[in-house]
Amino acid sequence: MSQPTPNPFRATPSFSRTFESGVFWVLRSTAYIILLCGGFVFSDIVIKGSTTVFRPEFPFVNTTFLTEAPESLYVFEHEGVKREMGDREFRAFRESERLKAEAAGRTAPEIKATSYVYSAGGIFPCIVGTVLLVVGSMSIALCLGVASAIFLNEYARQGTFIRLVRLTILNLAGVPSIVFGLFGMGLFVIFLDWNVSLLAGWFTLALMVLPVVITASEESLKAVPQGFREASLALGATKWQTIRKAVLPFALPGILTSSILGIARVAGETAPIMFTAAFVVRDKLPWEDLERASDFFFQGVMALPYHIYVVSSKIPQNEYTERVQYGTAFVFLLIVALIATTSIVLRARLRRRYRW
Amino acid sequence: MPSPLLPSSLGSAEGRNPPVVRRPVIEIADLDFHYGTSQALHDISLSIAEKEVTAFIGPSGCGKSTLLRCLNRMNDLIDGARISRGAIRIRGVDIHQRDVEVMELRKRVGMVFQKSNPFPKSIYENVVYGLRLQGVRDKTRLDEAVETSLRGAALWDEVKDRLHASGLSLSGGQQQRLCIARTIAIEPEVILMDEPCSALDPIATAKVEELIHQLKLRYTIVIVTHNMQQAARCSDRTAFFYLGKLIEFAPTKDIFMTPSNPQTEAYVSGRFG
Repeated sequence: MSQPTPNPFRATPSFSRTFESGVFWVLRSTAYIILLCGGFVFSDIVIKGSTTVFRPEFPFVNTTFLTEAPESLYVFEHEGVKREMGDREFRAFRESERLKAEAAGRTAPEIKATSYVYSAGGIFPCIVGTVLLVVGSMSIALCLGVASAIFLNEYARQGTFIRLVRLTILNLAGVPSIVFGLFGMGLFVIFLDWNVSLLAGWFTLALMVLPVVITASEESLKAVPQGFREASLALGATKWQTIRKAVLPFALPGILTSSILGIARVAGETAPIMFTAAFVVRDKLPWEDLERASDFFFQGVMALPYHIYVVSSKIPQNEYTERVQYGTAFVFLLIVALIATTSIVLRARLRRRYRW
Repeated sequence: MPSPLLPSSLGSAEGRNPPVVRRPVIEIADLDFHYGTSQALHDISLSIAEKEVTAFIGPSGCGKSTLLRCLNRMNDLIDGARISRGAIRIRGVDIHQRDVEVMELRKRVGMVFQKSNPFPKSIYENVVYGLRLQGVRDKTRLDEAVETSLRGAALWDEVKDRLHASGLSLSGGQQQRLCIARTIAIEPEVILMDEPCSALDPIATAKVEELIHQLKLRYTIVIVTHNMQQAARCSDRTAFFYLGKLIEFAPTKDIFMTPSNPQTEAYVSGRFG
């Protein structure tokens, strides 16, 4: 039996070991804190919002909330029962009560109701408005952004001027959104006389996400192997033919990824649209009562983020407005998630088609 | 391999500097080339004969690829790259003149790159890429071009049953031959090959070399290679470059058997580079 040799690698307590595990725990806990915050925000919105959006009985979804315009809510006591009704329903109810009373030969009792603005009905016009704003502004931003990224990355001779352009783009990304809103109001609403309109909102939002789109498009153009360009040029292609056939198709998945980020921002920003495109309330949907097709672009719309802003700070607060606030926020999250999922699926498809 | 175009006197020592090339397709005269301020090529003069294989050899950074990329103006893509003196004439036309349409030049002078670079499209689409650019829509013409080009690149039998599979599903050697097929589909006069086998295994390399022998019957080929055995095996003439200068240009067997310049001798015998 030989004596076992002492382990030369035996751990000994030391300051650096303690420090090491300390650092590890600090880093780990920051990750947990972030997770906790995110989880809290999301679960709060989902839990409180779902009581507005979902119903315990068939059809399980609050269709009124999703398909109608906002209305005032009337709360009153009738025959000992506390009742809540939207504007139109309340008027119909009062009318029927009056007729019932007349038929019975009595005068109808006065219904004493308290009204709460925007607390009944739904948010359909806001959903429509937000979708229109996102689609329009992302189309503009993608066209402008991809075009300028192509110029910067493929055509331009790298020099002082291009560095200046890049610097400008980076700075543009740092401009607060309210400044974009004021700029949009000054240029589009007042100077170009577009009034508060979809078009003005589209361009303002597009300008806001442009830096994101340009930077990310440039990155994805850079990621396309130089060999594709050389091969195409060596086969006698012009520069534009090369870009269109041998570069852009392969950069598209990356460009779409970047636009997903842009979509979330465009959909969520309130400041740029509050002066340029958003109405507090509008009874007509954007496609109703258009005299000319061009009128479509020159009308204001309701939008989800602005509606949240209005119902949570511009009207008296109470238990009834809270339902609308959380419901709207929940629907809003769902819509952004839906748009993002669509683009992710599209991107995955394109990736499968063009993989190298 | 002796060429019928070569007068036998070319092989002897007195005919070498500068070598006389009959019926040259490409003539390079007194060429200086700069990347920004650094000079990459010094006073290069050589002629490339029709339907022969001309090999450029030399250690890394000697300017052989730069010269090759001058021949179809691929250097135009690099900022600050310019020819500062001399001229390259193809069939007597200075290709760096202002009125030369570079796309037309590249259709006549095709190129195969070091790293095989098929597009992530089908084999078929890869081959017809150049024809589609020229606006060819006729299905039967495209089909014919695919077959002749793939046969010409000795790839037809391996891929004829999966023309619509991705070009990237092929092996490295097949990809390189696909790139060659893509180049010959537009029927160029000259094919430039920039180290076409450096990423291939010996068997794939042998196939490409055999292909070069066949292509020589129809095309003028210029090949840059690091592999001296390859130059010896498949070229008719060899140019040895060192530090941006053309050291020696002679029929291949002379370069390898009886080099006249001591630097050439040192390089081909493996003493440096």
